[in-house]
Amino acid sequence: MSAIEEVANEAPAVEAVPKRAMTLGYGTSLVVLGLLVIAPVFMKNFIVFQLTMVLIYALAVLALNILTGGSGQFSLGQSAFYAVGAYTSAILMEHVGMNYALTLPIAGIICFGFGFLFGQPALRLSGVYLALATFALAVAMPQLLKLGVFEHWTGGVQGLVVTKPDAPFGLPISQDKWLYYFTLVVSIAIYIFSINLLKSRSGRAFMAIRDNEIAASAMGIDVALYKTLAFGVSAGITGVAGGLGAIAVQFVAPDGYTITLAISLFLGMVVGGVGWLPGSIVGSAFIIFVPNIAEGISKGLSGAVFGVLLFLVIFLVPHGARQVAIVAQQLIGKLKKG
Amino acid sequence: MELFINQVLAGIATGAIYACMALAVVMIYQAIDHLNFAQGEMAMFSTFISWQLMQWGVPYWWAFLLTLAFSFAGGILIERLLFKPLAKAPLLTNVAGFIALFAIVNSVAGLTWDFTIKQYPTPFGSSPFLGSQLISTHQAGMIGVTIGLLILLYIFFQFTRIGLAMRAAASLPESARLVGINTSWMIALGWGMATAIGAIAGMLIAPVVFLEPNMMGGVLIYGFAAAVLGGLTSPLGAVVGGFLVGVFENLAGTYIPGVGNELKLPIALALIITVLVLKPAGLFGRPIVKRV
Repeated sequence: MSAIEEVANEAPAVEAVPKRAMTLGYGTSLVVLGLLVIAPVFMKNFIVFQLTMVLIYALAVLALNILTGGSGQFSLGQSAFYAVGAYTSAILMEHVGMNYALTLPIAGIICFGFGFLFGQPALRLSGVYLALATFALAVAMPQLLKLGVFEHWTGGVQGLVVTKPDAPFGLPISQDKWLYYFTLVVSIAIYIFSINLLKSRSGRAFMAIRDNEIAASAMGIDVALYKTLAFGVSAGITGVAGGLGAIAVQFVAPDGYTITLAISLFLGMVVGGVGWLPGSIVGSAFIIFVPNIAEGISKGLSGAVFGVLLFLVIFLVPHGARQVAIVAQQLIGKLKKG
Repeated sequence: MELFINQVLAGIATGAIYACMALAVVMIYQAIDHLNFAQGEMAMFSTFISWQLMQWGVPYWWAFLLTLAFSFAGGILIERLLFKPLAKAPLLTNVAGFIALFAIVNSVAGLTWDFTIKQYPTPFGSSPFLGSQLISTHQAGMIGVTIGLLILLYIFFQFTRIGLAMRAAASLPESARLVGINTSWMIALGWGMATAIGAIAGMLIAPVVFLEPNMMGGVLIYGFAAAVLGGLTSPLGAVVGGFLVGVFENLAGTYIPGVGNELKLPIALALIITVLVLKPAGLFGRPIVKRV
């Protein structure tokens, strides 16, 4: 093939997603939202808890999606930011006695700072090198949390127990359901923020960097600033998710935030479709429910079943849930015409 | 001073493990431009095959050779069945594929051979090497095999037609195809060779870390780190990186207060990131020239 092909081969690892294709239409969004609001009414508390976790992981996957789908940078270290957010919330609630809702913005801001600072050295790395650097962060985090120096605050290996909040104003719903609705509101706010971010000037700068870094810098985009900014925003959202996670699970401990979590979030992004924000929730559901299904099919071979299911997904729909959505859209379009 | 020399020697001995693994990582990275996250599990599976053969009464070196042949074939099979169809898929989908392969291999090995720790024989013996207490004949043998392997690979890539064809297919696939190289099979060959090298690494490591399905977890991380440190485009770099990581890890554990065993890995990784920030292509890697 021609020389043009060769250059294209070196092009970004992440496939470009047009801005308009990043979200669902208004109608579809409202339907999904309606389902999410009604769902817990008919469910047992445990399933509501699981749905809450789906929303929380969806936020973390969304954050990774902004980083990877938006600015084209990898991260296998999201579990570290998630841990920082979780510990921030837990420490503020248990040691300072702060209200749980107030701890979330603080967790977000602290993680934004961490992410922004981590983005500085990461600037010079790309592709697999960046993957290794973030991976190192994820590996180091549980060890750092166990350090004796912080033990007074973090509880060391034992971790911290977090009290579950009651529904306010004497609302007659269970703690689990209240937490679900609380998480839902936070998630929607962050989702809307993310869409607007990606549509803004900064979002366009992210995407220009993703598509071609050199061309972006030639156009006068401050590549260093926007790459670190993407890291910061992604870490901040992950931190909020971590804080919510700590409140929902009522427990933080170093071993809850290992590299396995980072890999799960990464898989969630791939299954949902890289760069497609609504896919985050599909991916999140995949990483929460599929291991359970795999366990149900075969206890001894649950890992193998999970792997085979994952292979099936990437063989049938290499672009994840986004591909399914596009096909469905086309089908509906045809039906309307016919 | 004696403590220092002892620690360096012990570091070189563990470094040989990392070097072996890093060599396998670089092999496959050269062929397909991806880090294979399942490499360690594949090596573990190969080691289990050789162990099983020995349990059935096959002598060590025969089991060794049979395992190499099996791993080579297995690597090619995995490429043909699972990763060739994904060649056109996005990069991240491929990474997900590696993670899936990791889960499958780990789970199958666990079910077949269970999770108890098994002894694994060494062909070199485990007596102290030349009177030194720190480095055993097995570890010395390991260093020897790693260096031998490196020389063989150098000869293969530098002086044989097929080695040249593989390099061509890796660096400029389209041009290589135009001069009649079957690039698709070169990739499969890369998988086969990487799997076989991984098997050698596994069989050399097993006497030290003992044989069990999760034995490669830590080793693979160090292998990646070593490969990235040395530069992913250079087999020599991978080996040097492996020894450097081993030595540094030991020295950090001894001399930096508060590091101990727990923080060895984070410290080693932090060093590597520092090196990468200063020299993004690794110590021996070719800097990649970008064009628009």
